[in-house]
Amino acid sequence: MLKYSLNRLFWIVLVLIAVAFITFSLMHLVPGGPWDREKELAPQVIENLNKKYGLDKPYFVQFGSYMWNVLQGDLGVSYSYQDRGVTEILLDGLPKTATLGGVAFLIAILIGVPLGMAAALKQNSIIDYIAVFFSTLFASIPGFVLGIFLVLIFSVSLHLLPTGGWGTIDHVIMPAFALAALPAAYIARVTRASMLDVLRQDYIRTARAKGLAEYVVLVRHTLRNALIPVMTVIGPELAFLITGSVVIESVFSIPGTGRLFVQGIAQRDYGLIMGTTLFYAFIIAVANYVVDVLYGVVDPRIRYD
Amino acid sequence: MAIAAESARPHHTLWGDAFVRLRRNRLAVVGAVLIISLALASIIVPLISPYEFDEQNLNAVLEGPSHAHLLGTDGLGRDVFTRLFYGARTSLAVGIFVQLIVLAIGLPIGALAGYAGGRVDNLLMRFVDIVYAFPDLLLIILIRAILGGSIYMIFLAIGLVAWVNVARLVRGQILTLKQRDFATAARAMGGSGPYITVRHLLPNSLGPIIVLITFGIPRAIFAEAALSYIGIGVKPPTPSWGTMIYNGYQNIFGAPYLVVFPAIAVGILMLAFTFLGDGLRDALDPRERR
Repeated sequence: MLKYSLNRLFWIVLVLIAVAFITFSLMHLVPGGPWDREKELAPQVIENLNKKYGLDKPYFVQFGSYMWNVLQGDLGVSYSYQDRGVTEILLDGLPKTATLGGVAFLIAILIGVPLGMAAALKQNSIIDYIAVFFSTLFASIPGFVLGIFLVLIFSVSLHLLPTGGWGTIDHVIMPAFALAALPAAYIARVTRASMLDVLRQDYIRTARAKGLAEYVVLVRHTLRNALIPVMTVIGPELAFLITGSVVIESVFSIPGTGRLFVQGIAQRDYGLIMGTTLFYAFIIAVANYVVDVLYGVVDPRIRYD
Repeated sequence: MAIAAESARPHHTLWGDAFVRLRRNRLAVVGAVLIISLALASIIVPLISPYEFDEQNLNAVLEGPSHAHLLGTDGLGRDVFTRLFYGARTSLAVGIFVQLIVLAIGLPIGALAGYAGGRVDNLLMRFVDIVYAFPDLLLIILIRAILGGSIYMIFLAIGLVAWVNVARLVRGQILTLKQRDFATAARAMGGSGPYITVRHLLPNSLGPIIVLITFGIPRAIFAEAALSYIGIGVKPPTPSWGTMIYNGYQNIFGAPYLVVFPAIAVGILMLAFTFLGDGLRDALDPRERR
């Protein structure tokens, strides 16, 4: 178990280095440079700027020094926000993105799991059909489209919620639901399928046969086993929440890391783009790792060799 | 002809059987009909619409739906109805061409990894893992920024990220299928590795691949809409639902219909592909039926 976790950890570090290297190389392939202006800069100015930011050094030296700085928590310089480093900018946006993602994650679980359970327990009833209908619907509508419909209903028609911005609870509600809809739908589907599967198992029949109360059978025997497959999709769903928030933050004008990334692209801010990509890849890798290790803890049937 | 047919067992091919099952699935039929109608409508729209998609009329700006303009006009006085169906061309083209790229990359890599095994498999799959580790939308945006230019580069950017799912699926299929007796038989008869893979293993994994591709189409459509929404997708004046949603959203209080129609269109098209994909999965793999 320990060996497995360490192995996985080692592999994650390798993958992250590869991700950093690919991103770094891609950034160098982008046509146009950070010093492109409406008015062309003098060659001497460009040379000095390159020297200042180390862009005159060989490729691998640049990558090496970038990685060395990353290890020390310094994600490099932003070319468009010259007063702050990428780390500072990201940390500034992070609380907003994390709040949004966290709330969306809770909503997804709190809606998805009970909905899937209800559908499985009342299979082929009206509840089941409604649950399946909504989970199919929300699994296919893009989050930003749903967000716009929410704005139309709650801002334009009912004047209940602000169309965008950040600061109060009101600002979180619509973007969080827009972001949560797809994972919630997906979790509901997986929960339903997994519950149906567990309910057919012999040990459930045994539990009922020996006269256990129905809620004990449901909670202790069914739910505990049925939620294990649900856990596996949580890692990828977290990844989805993180990348999904890039567009959602733009829709709702939330000054989080996702919107920073979009602005970075528009301004060809390589430093910011690289930093954000690496940072997101890191979060996704850690989330998947934690889920992976937890999986073994929750399900003792799984053995790592 | 009826004489022989009555006594003989009716002949069912695998695909014929699947088609019958698919046709019985009402939602899948609805999805397929929606997709085909939209494709046809987007082809014939120049014939039925009196307007061009980029025809501006500054005397008729932001007009609500009317007889002259069924879905109103946008901020430049362009007919929303016409643009919506030209936008469908963009979305459908993205959906289909991206999947072609995905197949072109994912199929050979997955097949090679699955059949060759060993070090080749290890190397290829580690590479797949690395691409997988990227936040996908961010990687698409990055590649898009590098490639720049035309709509074909958007196909390529999305395809270069999306192929990993197919590669993984194909590898898994090949791995299990090559242990089966028919593969052993083909080997015993002297079939070479590539021959067995192409002639026996890939055709047998076609079902799951088709299902994955069908689910990949709406994801590609979504990616294009998202790219266009954040301003690095299809260039104006080519209509794209993402761009239309973005432009409409800027004026959501003044002319909400501008954002409503393309948003509904994206939702319906993606839903249609989901219905079709669900139907295909049930039809092609009877074990998966719930």
